[in-house]
Amino acid sequence: MNKLSSLQEAIAGEIHDGMSVVMGCGLESLIPFAAGYEIIRQKKKDLTLIAPISDMQFDQIIGAGCVKKVIAAWVGNVAAGLGHNFRRAAEEGIPHPIEVEDHSNFTIALALKAAAMGLPFLPTKTAAGSDFSRAGNFKPVSCPFSGEELLAVRAIKPDVAILHVQRADPEGNAHIWGNLGVVVEAARAAKKVILTCEEIVDHEVILSDPNRTLIQGFLVSSVVHEPFASHPSPTQGYARRDDDFYFDYHKESRTREGFERWLEKWVLGVKDHKEYLSRIGKEMVRRLRPEGNLFSPSVSFNF
Amino acid sequence: MVVAAAREIRDGEKVFVGMRLPLLGFAVAKELHAPSAIGIFENGVIRDWPALEPIFTMSDPPNVARSLYCGGLLDVMSLLQSGQVDLGFIGGAEVDRFGNLNTHWVEESGKKIRLPGSGGAADIATLARRCIIIMNHEKRRFRPRVHFITSPGYGEGGDWRQMKHIHGGGPSRVITSLGIFSFDPASGEMLLGFFHPGVTVEEIRGETGWPLRVSGDLRETPPPSPEELAAVRKYDPKGVWTANG
Repeated sequence: MNKLSSLQEAIAGEIHDGMSVVMGCGLESLIPFAAGYEIIRQKKKDLTLIAPISDMQFDQIIGAGCVKKVIAAWVGNVAAGLGHNFRRAAEEGIPHPIEVEDHSNFTIALALKAAAMGLPFLPTKTAAGSDFSRAGNFKPVSCPFSGEELLAVRAIKPDVAILHVQRADPEGNAHIWGNLGVVVEAARAAKKVILTCEEIVDHEVILSDPNRTLIQGFLVSSVVHEPFASHPSPTQGYARRDDDFYFDYHKESRTREGFERWLEKWVLGVKDHKEYLSRIGKEMVRRLRPEGNLFSPSVSFNF
Repeated sequence: MVVAAAREIRDGEKVFVGMRLPLLGFAVAKELHAPSAIGIFENGVIRDWPALEPIFTMSDPPNVARSLYCGGLLDVMSLLQSGQVDLGFIGGAEVDRFGNLNTHWVEESGKKIRLPGSGGAADIATLARRCIIIMNHEKRRFRPRVHFITSPGYGEGGDWRQMKHIHGGGPSRVITSLGIFSFDPASGEMLLGFFHPGVTVEEIRGETGWPLRVSGDLRETPPPSPEELAAVRKYDPKGVWTANG
């Protein structure tokens, strides 16, 4: 089945007010920023955002007023520090209050893995003695065999996962390489998956390298061909990290007014991702593309 | 601080590297005394040699290309949980005398300030065989008691970690901008072992929010050797991470 759609159609069709959305699953890379900007443009409301860390993406969506709750291990701007919008929302309720469910990187990955495995929870040894692990989404359990004390982490089943990948076929079978973060767990935990991808390839390309088909098309509901949709985050083989974009955002979002100007310039005053890329400029886009190739030799699947 | 971090890495160890200073410390250790050390990153990357281009995050493409292994977060966290990671580096906004770290929220002039949260720090603090805390040494950060325990050290001291069923060994050192601390094995309290060249113990006492305890063989931190300095320059040629020492 051909699931190709535009980013506008995918967000309008799959993301509804009040839903829970997991995104930013590769950690600092493969962050679907373009999809986040589209969520802001479509003025979605009362979303629950889920990720281990989201780099500055969650800060943007919180500042735009689309978020009711964040479930995360870390919210900020990895290279620059604190997230100013996250702070304003959590401390002063600006633009409105948000609820925060704290995790560690390991516990949120386990929560998604539990849902991906169809389990209500998974046990772990991590986070014992941490104050955040006393919240309601964690419970002490003992091993039924040895009696050992463990921590149960409640499963998280998001309504939608939005994932940026290197290449996919029109059915949503996707090849991904590089660091994987919680991409695979999120794709299997969520009820629906939206992919944005650098390249659309033939099904034959997918079949040529099945170990790399980390997301299967039967999990996916929309496939969006949107090169550079992870900007400013990197996509291995396709896009470098635009470090200055993060530092500029950090400076400009220091005040609410500064953030509103940033939002107008890069999101609200921009029609779509193509116009966003033209604002970044051809020269910058060229600089962010890796030069040349670093191929691995192909492997034989012959029989 | 980078050189002090590098000196903590022993050859052949598997190290949860983290970002910023420890990342550079790992590169320096690999170059000099720990050529077989393995670097493990929370995003799923395992490296047996440092990224040659300076990077801002562990997922920057130069840290991924030509790595030893690329997998997921659960892969590397499982190595940590199964006791295979020797050492991890962590930091925080606040630390107390038992090495508990806080990165969730602090209070300044009666106002609550929300910080980013744990990331992987709580995992490293509870699961690594030993961990090393790296902090800027300021009185507002070195508090008698942290507002919130994100990453547990020795809790309230003594056998607190055993009572809480914590598996990892706990903090072994605190490397600060002024000196280096170890921990008293019985009480779990921080002990000043080294003061950096040009720093006095009085200065350290003044920036520490509890009655400072000093080790019996207190010494000056050996200054960086020419080899150590050359390795730092090689991996941080523009002084991005080492401009302030």
